[in-house]
Amino acid sequence: MNLLEILSYGFIQRALLAGTLIALLCSVLGVFLVLRRLSLIGDGLAHVTFGSTAIALALKFYSAMSLLVTAPIVMLASLGILKLTEKGRLSGDAAIGLVSALGISAGIILASVGGGYNVDLLSYLFGNILSIKKEEVVIAGFLCLGVMLLLTLYYHELFAISFSDELAKVSGIRTSFINSILVLLTALSVVLAMKLVGIMLISSLLIVPAAGALQLARGFKVCIVLAALQGCSSVIIGIIISIMSNLPASASIVMVNLLFFAAACVVRRIIYPRNSN
Amino acid sequence: MSGEIVRAELLSCSYREGQVLEDISFQVERGDYVGIVGPNGSGKSTLVKALLGLVRISKGSASLFGTPLSNFRNWSKVGYLPQSLHLVNPIFPATVHETVGLGLLSLKRFPKRLNRADNIKIDKTLCELGISELKHKLIGELSGGQLQRVLLARAIVNDPELLVLDEPTAALDPETRDRFYAMIADINNSRGVTVLLVTHDSGAIGEYASKMLYLDKKILFYGSFDEFCCSPEMSSLFGEHSQHLMCHRH
Repeated sequence: MNLLEILSYGFIQRALLAGTLIALLCSVLGVFLVLRRLSLIGDGLAHVTFGSTAIALALKFYSAMSLLVTAPIVMLASLGILKLTEKGRLSGDAAIGLVSALGISAGIILASVGGGYNVDLLSYLFGNILSIKKEEVVIAGFLCLGVMLLLTLYYHELFAISFSDELAKVSGIRTSFINSILVLLTALSVVLAMKLVGIMLISSLLIVPAAGALQLARGFKVCIVLAALQGCSSVIIGIIISIMSNLPASASIVMVNLLFFAAACVVRRIIYPRNSN
Repeated sequence: MSGEIVRAELLSCSYREGQVLEDISFQVERGDYVGIVGPNGSGKSTLVKALLGLVRISKGSASLFGTPLSNFRNWSKVGYLPQSLHLVNPIFPATVHETVGLGLLSLKRFPKRLNRADNIKIDKTLCELGISELKHKLIGELSGGQLQRVLLARAIVNDPELLVLDEPTAALDPETRDRFYAMIADINNSRGVTVLLVTHDSGAIGEYASKMLYLDKKILFYGSFDEFCCSPEMSSLFGEHSQHLMCHRH
C-alpha cells in the first residue's frame, strides 16, 4: 500500500483530521501544564476518564454519546484537583494522585459490578483512532475550536500564571479563575484524546511535545508553536507508520513523539552547546 | 504631591506555626523610600505580602492608595519585585522582552493584547536600566544581577506609583547590590515612585532610604534613618553598631 492509497481511505482521513486537532490542543495546553509543574494532571484525569467511561457504558451511552457523561465528570475532577491544591494543604502531585486513585478504583468497581471488563472499556484504555466515527470528528472539531478560542483570548493571563502566580496576582489577574480555565480545558482535551491514544498514554500527548519544544524554543510563543508542530507531526507520522507496519496507532504516535523529543535534545546540544547541561 | 499610599492598622497575620505579625500600624506617604529591616523570621516578607493581598490578614486592615485592600483593583499603580531566586523557573522559555511585557498586563482590559506602543515602552524601560542588549536572551540564561534588573524592568514598565521589593539583593555581590540600591534611589527621586524595600542589610539601605521600619513581629521602630541610628531602642539592639550605621550614611 502506498501513501496516496492510504490517504484515500475515509477512516484514515478521519483519523488524521481528528488526531491532528486533538494533538494541537494537547500540545499547546501541555506547555502551560509542564511550566506550572502540573504535567501529571493528564494522567490523573485520564484515570478519572476511565471511571467515568465505565459509568457511561453502564448507562448505555456509547461512542460520541459517552462524552455527555465523561466530559462533565472529568471537568469536575479537574476542579477538584485544583481545590485540593489550593485549600487542602496538598501539593499538586498529591492532589492528582488522590483524584486519580478515586477515578481508577471507581472504574474497576463499576466494570466489575457491570459484569467484568468488556471490549468497549478496554478499547478506551489503549485508544483506537482508526475507528473514530464521523460524528466524533465533528465533536472534536467544535471542541477544538472552542478550546483554541479560549486559549487565544486568555493567552497572556495563562502566560502570566505560568511564569509566577504571585506576580500575576499583583498584576490584577484573577489567578483562581485562570487556573480553573486551564484545568477545565485540559479535562476536555483529555476526554477527546482518550480515543486517540487511550487512557494509558494520554499524558504523553500533553508532556512530550512541550518537553521537546522546551529544548529548542527561544521565546514563549515560539515554544507553543514548536510544541504544536511536534504534536501534530507525531500524530500524522504515527498513524501512517501504524497502517504501513500494522502496529497499534496509539503506541506508534507516542514513539514518534519520543523520537522528536530525542532529536530536539541532540539538536540543542549542537546549537547551544554551552546551555546543554 | 502628597498623599497616603500605604496604611496598615493593627494588622496581624498568623500561619499554622503561630503569629507572624502582631498589631502592625504604620503609614507610607507619597515619595517615601522605606527600608523594612529586621532579623530572620521577623515577618518582613509576610508584611509586604499582606499589604499586596498575597497572604491572608487575620486581624486588622490594610489599604493601598486610600482604598481598603479587599476593594483595591487598580493594580497598574503597583510594581512588585519578589525574591527572584524563588521565582524564576530556569527552563522557562520566555525572552527578556516577553518577561518585561508581563508587567504591562495590569494596564490592559480583556482580551489583553500588547501593541506596538507597548513594545516601544518595553524597549525604553530596558534602555533606562541599561539592559537593552539582553532583550532576546532567555531568562534562564541571565546572571543573578541581570535577572534582578530584568525583574525590576518588569516591575516598573507600567509606571507604578508604588514599588514593593522583597529582598531584591539577597543573591547579589556587594558591588552589584550597591548599584541596585542606587538604581532604586534614582527611580524614587526621578519618577517620584514610593518605594517599600525589604532587606537584611540595614547598613547599606540606610544610605538610600528616607525611612526605616524595624520589625520583629511587631514594629520596634518607624522613622527617619538618623532617628533610627540614635533611637534608644536601636542602641539597645545594635549597641555600638548603631553608630556604625550612621557613619555608613555620612
